[in-house]
Amino acid sequence: MQAAVIVFPGSNCDRDVAVCLEAATGQAPLMAWHGDANLPKCDLIVLPGGFSYGDYLRCGSMAANSPIMREVVAQAHKGAAVLGICNGFQVLTECGLLPGVLMQNKGLNFVCRNTQLTVTNNTTAFTSLYGAGEEITIPVAHNEGNYFADDHTLKQLQDEDRIALSYAKGDNPNGACLDIAGISDASGRIVGMMPHPERRAEAALGGDDGKRMFSGIVEALS
Amino acid sequence: MSHINDTPITDELVAEHGLTPDEFQMVCDHMGRVPNYTELGVFSVMWSEHCSYKSSRKWLKKLPVSGDQVIQGPGENAGVIDIGDGDAAVFKMESHNHPSFIEPYQGAATGVGGIMRDVFTMGARPVANLNALRFGAPDHPKTRHLVAGVVSGIGGYGNCMGVPTVGGEINFDPSYNGNNLVNAMCVGVARTDKIFYAAATGIGSPVVYVGSKTGRDGIHGATMASAEFDDASEEKRPTVQVGDPFTEKLLLEACQELMASDAIIGIQDMGAAGLTSSSVEMADKGGVGIVLNLDKVPVRETHMTGYEMLLSESQERMLMVLKPGREPEAKAIFDRWGLDFAVIGELTDTNRMVVHHDGREIADMPLGPLADGAPEYDRPHVPTPKAADFDAAWLDKAPDTLSALKTLMGSSEVASRRWVYEQYDSMVMGDTLAGPGGDAALVRVHGTQKGLAMSTDVNPRYCFADPVEGGKQAVAEAYRNICAVGAKPLAITNCLNFGNPERPEIMGQFVGCLEGMGEAGKTLDFPVVSGNVSLYNETNGTGILPTPAIGGVGLIQNLDKAVGNGFLQDGQLIYLLGDTAGHLGASLYQRDVLDRHEIVAPPRVDLALEAAHGGLVRDAIDQGLLAAAHDISDGGLLMALAEMCLAHGIGADIETDGDTGYWFGEDQARYVVAVAGDKAEAFEALAKDLSLTRLGKTSGHTLTFGASLSISVRELHDIYEGWFPALMSS
Repeated sequence: MQAAVIVFPGSNCDRDVAVCLEAATGQAPLMAWHGDANLPKCDLIVLPGGFSYGDYLRCGSMAANSPIMREVVAQAHKGAAVLGICNGFQVLTECGLLPGVLMQNKGLNFVCRNTQLTVTNNTTAFTSLYGAGEEITIPVAHNEGNYFADDHTLKQLQDEDRIALSYAKGDNPNGACLDIAGISDASGRIVGMMPHPERRAEAALGGDDGKRMFSGIVEALS
Repeated sequence: MSHINDTPITDELVAEHGLTPDEFQMVCDHMGRVPNYTELGVFSVMWSEHCSYKSSRKWLKKLPVSGDQVIQGPGENAGVIDIGDGDAAVFKMESHNHPSFIEPYQGAATGVGGIMRDVFTMGARPVANLNALRFGAPDHPKTRHLVAGVVSGIGGYGNCMGVPTVGGEINFDPSYNGNNLVNAMCVGVARTDKIFYAAATGIGSPVVYVGSKTGRDGIHGATMASAEFDDASEEKRPTVQVGDPFTEKLLLEACQELMASDAIIGIQDMGAAGLTSSSVEMADKGGVGIVLNLDKVPVRETHMTGYEMLLSESQERMLMVLKPGREPEAKAIFDRWGLDFAVIGELTDTNRMVVHHDGREIADMPLGPLADGAPEYDRPHVPTPKAADFDAAWLDKAPDTLSALKTLMGSSEVASRRWVYEQYDSMVMGDTLAGPGGDAALVRVHGTQKGLAMSTDVNPRYCFADPVEGGKQAVAEAYRNICAVGAKPLAITNCLNFGNPERPEIMGQFVGCLEGMGEAGKTLDFPVVSGNVSLYNETNGTGILPTPAIGGVGLIQNLDKAVGNGFLQDGQLIYLLGDTAGHLGASLYQRDVLDRHEIVAPPRVDLALEAAHGGLVRDAIDQGLLAAAHDISDGGLLMALAEMCLAHGIGADIETDGDTGYWFGEDQARYVVAVAGDKAEAFEALAKDLSLTRLGKTSGHTLTFGASLSISVRELHDIYEGWFPALMSS
């Protein structure tokens, strides 16, 4: 399978996620440059965490308008799996592949810590190796992770079972609506999430709950 | 319109530039004439305390700076040590005290940005940031504002750069009310055969400017950092630089890309005193001359004078000397990253710095005197008087042991720093094996099994009461923290924060601390490879506590063997390594429980014992005998035990008993370790005749000690975690 990591200026989790993809797929992913207008056909595209274009405008909005994103959106519409982590989730909402917006954390501060998550939907392309309702630990690190959408959209996400990951009760780090940590599109092939699975994908880092996110997508695509 | 260089050089102008009449005369002698306005500005920053170390140099020379592990000692952008397999650790700590007091967010942010540039200038990729922060009394009206701004600024810059902030310390004392300390440390990893230095060689080689554009920010920052504060200091806000971590991230990546080639001869970041100090240092170190054409410098403001361009401390800029002809490939890289790239001059054989601007030669100065010609002062210093002994009568009104434990657990010095470190991205890069909250942070060397252990330490109370012992203790504590995770301490960087060196008692503190640090560094084979001196930390004549912050770095060969500082499971044996005399002088107990603020002698440091105990802990960890290890520092034995309980919520049943000094004394060279039952015999055998006491066992969720005293770990946790959030929301 062909996997790609999109590198925006200011991306800073590109290497970390590439390490996990290589471990899961056995080969190094393509590192795709934001300014390129062409992207070889990919089975999996990851938008990594970081501060694309400095996040000096609304987080992810500049990246959403970069040349490479036209390709990402086109391939997503043709069925490529897309994972947006943290800043990548923000880019996915900005480019319209996922609904809603990530607002500033309710506590007004950047927050980096482990969070307890519930796998709300284990039928997406990325969460299939988790049990339904399984509790997992994955860290967050963001200043704008407070997921917000209008009531209609939230209801739709619930009705269509598109909330992939939720913060466990009492462990919502940012004030997100419905404790949402990650959502998917209707097909379950496009997932955006604030927590960083690549930071908890080996026992030496304190746990490997994040690892199944990568092995899960590889299994789903092969 | 007349040129700025036509301004007459008056005594007042010289004084405004921070030069004494004698220093000005020396400048004139070196120049062979009276300098013009631009030249005066350049001399003033190069000869400022911040850049020239004129008050401290004499004493810095006495520090141990060599060892088999040292590749590059002080004098470069950062120190470099060998960590085996062709890898090197590159690190330095630097102060950004004055700017952070005036504008806490930007002051702290640019401090972090500056120290990272120092490290990646050397060819290293930054892998960890640490810091040492000191603020005024928690209830001082400015403290919360400063804490919030500084923490946010450190996070804002480091998080965006994608370099984890993995450790540090933060303390409060009224002596910092008008002068907080922000010391930032960065550790990077490079290949030993790809270290880049500042020296510029090759007559005719192009001098290249890369990074951000130059503005008027930070002009005379170095001079500001070399003067005392007064009530009007906040008017100096325009001298504080503004950080752009996004540009620095691009600069890092572009530099790394160019460094993979062999196009660079020398490279230096533009930090304090900006273009001036970078060009002077590069040319001087290479023994050449330099000619600059300021018309080529990328600027973001109009009508900047040459004086302003030379002295601007705009951030995220680098100066490089390239091999002739390599400009196009270098420019292509910087273009791709969207950064400015400009050839602004070339090397000459004149040993002079000549600057052109707007069709006019605006400066022509000899390089040697600029770089090294500042006078070296042997400032008068008086030894700090011997402090009194702890008065046992103070204990007559002491509260019971349990109350004292609770007081200390929720004290400004001990309480959890979670509120602070959760604002730092401590995990990015995926190699943080132990982040904030432990004894030393542990960061894996990417793609290997080995790790760097890092810690920042100093106890200013000790340094104030007895600079020599305090200086020793700071080094010893960094050493202990690194040993406690199982790593071998290799080298240190330091950030020496003191008051006005023109006062003999302050200079006495400085001399004393350096004596102690030097002795400790020698005995522990823990040399100084880089550092920074920050003097004039005074406001309205009140100096800070002497604060020589130490940043220690160590190496562990196999990270699988590293241990943490928390009890992991029930039924493990708890040992105390080291003797307890019960020294309460200058302790946290004296300050926060007894509320006695007399100057009392701190505990003595036995360096041979530190080496022996540190060695035992390392060996025991290497042999897999320890489940946890924790050094004993502020608050003594009981505090160490409580902290070990808190880490994972496991209690302890302590069978030994003693007096106040036993529980809260701060005797040095001590550790608490936890040992699984089947390893106890081997551990005791390994300890041979070193002082080892069995204290009890890990047990349940309660800490039980002394004559049937106990407290639940939950209650300890609530006290421990409550203090900081309560402070910041009050």
